[in-house]
Amino acid sequence: MSQSTLTKMIGNSVEKEYQGMIDAYEKAGGDKRVLQTKDVAKLVVHENKVLANDPIKGLKIETKETKSGVSVKLTVEEGAKIARPVHLCFGLLPKEGLQEIIMKVDAQDNSQVSVIAHCIFPNAVKVIHKMDADIEIGANARFDYKETHYHGEDGGIEVIPKAKVKVGKGGIWQSTFALSQGMVGKLDYDFEVFCQEKAIAELTVKVYGKGNDDIKVWEKIHLNGAGARGLAKSRVVLGDKARAEVRGETYGNAPYARGHVDCIELVNGTEAVARAIPIVSVTNDKAKVTHEAAIGSIDRKQVETLMARGLDEDKAVDVIVKGILR
Amino acid sequence: MLDVAKLELTLNGKPIINDLSLHVDKGEIHGILGENGTGKTTIANLIMGTNNYKPTAGKIIFEGQDISGLSVSQRAQKGITLAWQEPARVEGLTVRDYLALSSRNGQADQPERFLLMVGLEPAQYMDRDIDATLSGGERKRIEMASVLAMRPKLAILDEPDSGIDIVALPLLLNSIIEMNKQGSSVLLITHSERVTEISHRVSILCAGTIIRTGPPSESSQWFKDNCQTCLHINEPEHTN
Repeated sequence: MSQSTLTKMIGNSVEKEYQGMIDAYEKAGGDKRVLQTKDVAKLVVHENKVLANDPIKGLKIETKETKSGVSVKLTVEEGAKIARPVHLCFGLLPKEGLQEIIMKVDAQDNSQVSVIAHCIFPNAVKVIHKMDADIEIGANARFDYKETHYHGEDGGIEVIPKAKVKVGKGGIWQSTFALSQGMVGKLDYDFEVFCQEKAIAELTVKVYGKGNDDIKVWEKIHLNGAGARGLAKSRVVLGDKARAEVRGETYGNAPYARGHVDCIELVNGTEAVARAIPIVSVTNDKAKVTHEAAIGSIDRKQVETLMARGLDEDKAVDVIVKGILR
Repeated sequence: MLDVAKLELTLNGKPIINDLSLHVDKGEIHGILGENGTGKTTIANLIMGTNNYKPTAGKIIFEGQDISGLSVSQRAQKGITLAWQEPARVEGLTVRDYLALSSRNGQADQPERFLLMVGLEPAQYMDRDIDATLSGGERKRIEMASVLAMRPKLAILDEPDSGIDIVALPLLLNSIIEMNKQGSSVLLITHSERVTEISHRVSILCAGTIIRTGPPSESSQWFKDNCQTCLHINEPEHTN
């Protein structure tokens, strides 16, 4: 086989996989135009293959394919303000497989970027998706990270996102992890953030568990610098026989550090099980950390409020669930 | 339009509503005036079917049909709605969406108008959630706006004035009058004689029963003279 024939075959295969990812993304409700627009920075990875890598000025995306996934280094250069969101698209279209993403982020001082990660596993029957992230946010830099998962209805997927985030003086880290489309499968989310002086960290997790979904969420924020602020927020709705355990931890270790843990878990059905473990700790007499956790069935008064406007009960519950996961 | 006949509710062996009869005409604003603890909110719940209250005896007839056995949704679909004294807060549900789902066809026609009617600036509120970030008064006014958007046949308004400041109160009362002019009957439940001034008739509620019905000025005076000085509000024999 000639070299050009081989190149052409590989090219066709990559193009096919890329199209498959885009189609799956669109089917899940995403807007495929964002993945096809030229002037938007993006990275598309299927299994362990990098299908697209389009950096833009001020943002470098370095990748290395590994046996079971991809190593990614994302660098936002000092002072760079990336105007449009950067899209990362990870996924696996076959029914079985393993995808491990090793992510290193260096958001340098005074930089600003918003990153949207789309994780697409529409056919998963026996799939593991892991992410290990090591993230550094420089002084006065801002990094917004939103990770949205699109799963199929089989539930045969294990999602294990883990991140350690260091936020420099005056820096901002805001992340949202959302898994409300399709079955969760097994989720083991573990994000830990360390904030220096006047840094801000906001972690939000929104998950809708159904069937036999097994959900573990662990959010940890260490407010190590004076005036640092943190919010660990979680919204989990459970139906059928789904189970969830949410740990929200915030440590106020410096003067004027302010932290809050805010957890709501709604159980819709008699067999789902929800557990919340908020941990608040203060090691400095000028720090203050608070928490609120509410676990229980969907508030009857909320449901009746919507029913009194003419919605039937199922629709009213649906509106409430969608609202809380929005 | 609404006939409540010999209604009774007993909870944990305690009579809450006693032999209560009430008639609301089509196109009427009917005030119910009562002190705290006389059963005002309970009546609202019984007519709307909320809070899992089911009459121990009696009938609730709406447009000729006994609705006692209907669900909250079914009653709403017949054109009845309720504005709660303390409206629920729903995280993630915007004012815009709330007004839209409240409207009959799911598309609130000029939703901004309903907010303006209750004195709220649409640009400031339309995209806010109806959650804990709103003050009690703001949430109440949005509740009223959602009732306006629904254009109900019968609006049950439970203490619409509570938590409303004196500047906003006339706007709120005007919006009730406007809603009535557009064809909605109103059951206006309150402990304030001032609020019942906009009613066509006012019934006095005492210890879970209606003890008299009359024109607003007459009922208000009677309420002032008797109920506000009464130390035994849950024992009707003392007020007669």
